[in-house]
Amino acid sequence: MTLGKPEPALNRIDADQSLGPANTLWRDAGRRLLRHRLAMFGLLVLLIVLVMGIFGPAITPYDPNGMDFGDRFASPSFAHLMGTDDFGRDTFSRIIIGARVSLQVGFVAVSVATVVGVGLGLIAGYGSRLTDEVIMRAMDILYAFPAILLAIAIMAALGKGIGNAMIAIGLVYIPIFARIARAAVLGIRNEEFIIAAKAMGAGDARIVIAHVLPNVLSPIIVEITLSLAFAILAEASLSFFGLGTQPPDPSWGRMLAEGRDFFRQSGWMGVFPGLAIFFTVMGFNFLGDGLRDALDPKLRR
Amino acid sequence: MNYQYVLQRLFTALIVVLGVTFVVFMIMQIVPGDPARVVLGPYASDESVAGLRERLGLNRPFFVQYAAWLGGVVQGDFGQSLLNGQEVAPQLWGRVGPSFELAMVSLFVGLAIAFPVGMISALKPGSAIDIAATLFSQIGVSVPTFWMGILLVIVFALQLRVLPPSGYTPITEDPGDWLAHIVLPAFTAGFVSASIQTRFIRSAMLDVLSANYVQTARAKGLAERRVIVNHALRNALINIVTIIGLQITALFSGIVIVEVVFSWPGLGRLALNAVLERDYPLLQGAVFCVALMVTIVNLFIDLLYFFLDPRIEFA
Repeated sequence: MTLGKPEPALNRIDADQSLGPANTLWRDAGRRLLRHRLAMFGLLVLLIVLVMGIFGPAITPYDPNGMDFGDRFASPSFAHLMGTDDFGRDTFSRIIIGARVSLQVGFVAVSVATVVGVGLGLIAGYGSRLTDEVIMRAMDILYAFPAILLAIAIMAALGKGIGNAMIAIGLVYIPIFARIARAAVLGIRNEEFIIAAKAMGAGDARIVIAHVLPNVLSPIIVEITLSLAFAILAEASLSFFGLGTQPPDPSWGRMLAEGRDFFRQSGWMGVFPGLAIFFTVMGFNFLGDGLRDALDPKLRR
Repeated sequence: MNYQYVLQRLFTALIVVLGVTFVVFMIMQIVPGDPARVVLGPYASDESVAGLRERLGLNRPFFVQYAAWLGGVVQGDFGQSLLNGQEVAPQLWGRVGPSFELAMVSLFVGLAIAFPVGMISALKPGSAIDIAATLFSQIGVSVPTFWMGILLVIVFALQLRVLPPSGYTPITEDPGDWLAHIVLPAFTAGFVSASIQTRFIRSAMLDVLSANYVQTARAKGLAERRVIVNHALRNALINIVTIIGLQITALFSGIVIVEVVFSWPGLGRLALNAVLERDYPLLQGAVFCVALMVTIVNLFIDLLYFFLDPRIEFA
């Protein structure tokens, strides 16, 4: 972190890791992760969210879209654990159903960002100086936009809806993955094992896929986990703005937006959907931090 | 001092701004189908669609359109709003001030929290304060900005009724009222950025505290206070300034959200309204202005960094 624009610390790849049998590295990392308390807490939270996402419709106590006008704005009770909304719908049931949307958007968006971003980063880091310049300057330009604003602008072009939200969020996070992958490649591109592979006549594509990629995986895995947190936050924000999930499908962000006019009657409507977003995002953040510590113990502080 | 770096940095900023104009221009190009049809809706007559296409210049080749649009932007002409036909530029200028004020106050609030917390936690590693600070920074980044805003409104505006829930008063009109309106939005955006910065400030400070020159300063018997203020803090500041720079884009992302939650008349809310009303020229103008603001602030911070640390020779 001394010269010019500093790269984030996690971009530093540990060359020692590429030596020795690969499975020991992953086994060691797994052991360190299991001992990481915050990461395990995050994992537990995520498992609960995952169960909600997978089994959602089967485990809701009420029909998430079933209205009961006799029971509007109910406070939390044993009948309605998180109260009811302005249509008398059960908030707890709607939150369970909302987990699926959040996870879907998160996974699809981050997959898009990872595949495209890592691809571009590998090409930039391994390719010629000119390719590198062109790709990375393009990434700098995308990076000049605040993430949410860029996502909003892309949504404007593509149109509202959850599918487009996935694409928009994915596009926004491409530069981050490109930077991380590139930095990792630059760290190892002149290592002996790469030179050896070249000397043995391996083509560029083979070298990148078989030799470079496996050695830059750990920062990418960490970034994937942390980006899932961001993607879920971004989806919630877009849905809150009315650009993501469309009615009547419940999503956590949209529940908060719909509740806005009723906080005077029931402040609860503003509390629980936010808690759901918060815990899910925190789960991914904790797990991501734990993975970073486990995969690169030298960076530990 | 090597002023070549300054020139080089100005040049990169210019390239980024040019690239930004291209991306902003592309927004209208990637609308599936015909943007004029999208704007006017499925029931509009073919003549009115053709008329709008002509007005937006959509019949011209791509680069001619881009050059024409860029030529306008350079002269401060962002075209006309599709909704009311008014010039976009004056609408933008009125929004720059409020957005900038909110960003700067939020940055200040964020640093006012992060700086002392990060410092104390680095000076007393492992203490209760350190653990609390670490937990705060871990949890803070996970709080959705808009939810934080909503909670503050529920508590301070709706329940306690001590602060207004939304709105804006120009500082020139009534400074007290301006302050009352900016407290909640600035705290919302500042809180999230504080949680990120606490972590960086702590680690920057820990880095310098273990450096040789700090050990030397201690060894020659300087008072701890002097070691920290004159030797450690001054050097940590360099890294801290860089980190603030890296956070600027994220800060503005939060500002966009906060503006919507608190009906703050800034560029972010303008952009969102433009999206909801499919007012593409207005959206392009608003997005461009925010990106420009981010680039300028970043440039400023990078140059500040350069002047703070004369040791550095920039390649």
